[in-house]
Amino acid sequence: MLQLNAVDAGYGGFRALFGVSLEVRLGEAVGVIGPNGAGKTTLMRVISGLIRPRAGTITWEGTDLASVPAHRIVELGIAHVPENRRLFPRMTVEENLRMGAFIPSARARFAERLDFVYDLFPRMKERRSQLAGTMSGGEQQMCAIGRALMSSPKILLMDEPSAGLAPVIVQQVFELVKRIRESGLTVLIVEQNVQQVLRVVDRAYLLDAGSIRMSGTAAELAANESVREAYLGI
Amino acid sequence: MGIFDIFLLEAVVNGLLLGGVLALLALGLNLIFGVIDVVWICYAELVMIGMYAIYYFASAYGWPLWLAVPAAIAVVAVLGVLLHVLVISPLLGAEPINQLLATGGVLFFLQSFATVAFGIEFRNLGLRLPVIEVGDIFISYARLLAFGCALAGMLAVWLFLSRTYTGTAIRAISQDRQIMALMGVDTRRIYLITSAVGGGLAGLAACLLVLQYDVHPFVGLSFGPIIFMICVMGGLGNMLGGFIAAFIFAELISVGGLFLDLEWGYVFAFVFFIAMMFVRPEGLLARRS
Ligand SMILES: Nc1ncnc2c1ncn2[C@@H]1O[C@H](COP(=O)(O)OP(=O)(O)OP(=O)(O)O)[C@@H](O)[C@H]1O
Ligand SMILES: [Mg+2]
Repeated sequence: MLQLNAVDAGYGGFRALFGVSLEVRLGEAVGVIGPNGAGKTTLMRVISGLIRPRAGTITWEGTDLASVPAHRIVELGIAHVPENRRLFPRMTVEENLRMGAFIPSARARFAERLDFVYDLFPRMKERRSQLAGTMSGGEQQMCAIGRALMSSPKILLMDEPSAGLAPVIVQQVFELVKRIRESGLTVLIVEQNVQQVLRVVDRAYLLDAGSIRMSGTAAELAANESVREAYLGI
Repeated sequence: MGIFDIFLLEAVVNGLLLGGVLALLALGLNLIFGVIDVVWICYAELVMIGMYAIYYFASAYGWPLWLAVPAAIAVVAVLGVLLHVLVISPLLGAEPINQLLATGGVLFFLQSFATVAFGIEFRNLGLRLPVIEVGDIFISYARLLAFGCALAGMLAVWLFLSRTYTGTAIRAISQDRQIMALMGVDTRRIYLITSAVGGGLAGLAACLLVLQYDVHPFVGLSFGPIIFMICVMGGLGNMLGGFIAAFIFAELISVGGLFLDLEWGYVFAFVFFIAMMFVRPEGLLARRS
């Protein structure tokens, strides 16, 4: 469904991704793990069109994404929950969700999607008229995920949804990821919390210094010696 | 009431009425700054062109007002879009000082253009609007009309910004420009719409100002600096701050002008502005970030 083939990407003169190939199949949950600065966020950005690949191809349901302008990519069913949530802090929760439903197809179904998101996050319904910037980190993460879900995506790209949250909240976030994929959504998730993420994904890739170093099922990676040493602290 | 009290009351009422049109212009400038992050130094000159537009449509060509007013607003809206496409857009990534110099250049261009195209004579619509007597004070119908239309214009913008998807995107863009594409928003399109709205507001203000003042190529100089002071004092990009500051300045000019004369009202306004820049350089309603 989503296929990256030998993708290079970077910023100005700096290269952050070197020949990255990766695949996500329909209904799968796939994880990307790796140390700080590995290029995980860059990988997410290059898929959602915020930066453009320098080489290689990104194919989504048969469409070459390189030829699609960034603001049209969400219309193809790709929603991106960015690193650090990036809510609109001086707008209310509901206005943030409204922005998530900006594309025409989502506008038409706004009420239905809003019910869906409020069902998933009853807390967001309570906080609907609170300014997003004044909410706790966990609430902001829920709002950011809710905003991405407003567009009725087929795939959800999540960039470190557990970053900066208290352990209890981290648990809730991973519970949520489980529920989201059980609802039939395909998920590509970047995480530093390797132990947790390997419990919710089917397969995972290890990205280091801009290259894929390893890939396999979640169980394979969790059993791998070097992963255990470097990321699981065992 | 003593005669002085009546004059004072009249000055306060006139200040309030003047504040409406100033607030409308401050809103337009703040909208542009908040969304596109540039200051249209030539904003008052767009108003000047709008005043000529309504003058020519209504007086010279004799169109009825219901046609001439929307046409003049449309002319300035298109001018706003052209300004964005031809001048601002190529400079979006440039240093702010270059953008200021470029829109400053447009200011002189529009003044010279108007001098050549329309001449330096003072022109007006030649409408004779009545003066209304309320209690002991006299209120100009033109000012009252301008005030009402300015409020209606601001209300319309507020509804647009708060009720529509495009309006919500316009407010969102100033809070996080980079991720707008993730929402499916084409920022270039939002910039064009915002430029059209900013121009349209200048056009509406032009129609209201031409009821009270003659138009000439340099008419922008008489209110341009005031609008910038209002925006800076309200906090650039802060629409509510600009709204409040507009009425403060309008009262200063109107009531200050009562004691001496109108020029002194402007002097008071400038002195107040400079003093405020020492006390609250971030603007009246500055957000702590
Ligand atoms: N906007 C940018 N301009 C220049 N270099 C950047 C930019 N964003 C990221 N980089 C560089 O690209 C490399 C990869 O960054 P990226 O954010 O993709 O890493 P990451 O794996 O997401 O790290 P983290 O776990 O800390 O979020 C880093 O060396 C970083 O410094
Ligand atoms: Mg990252």
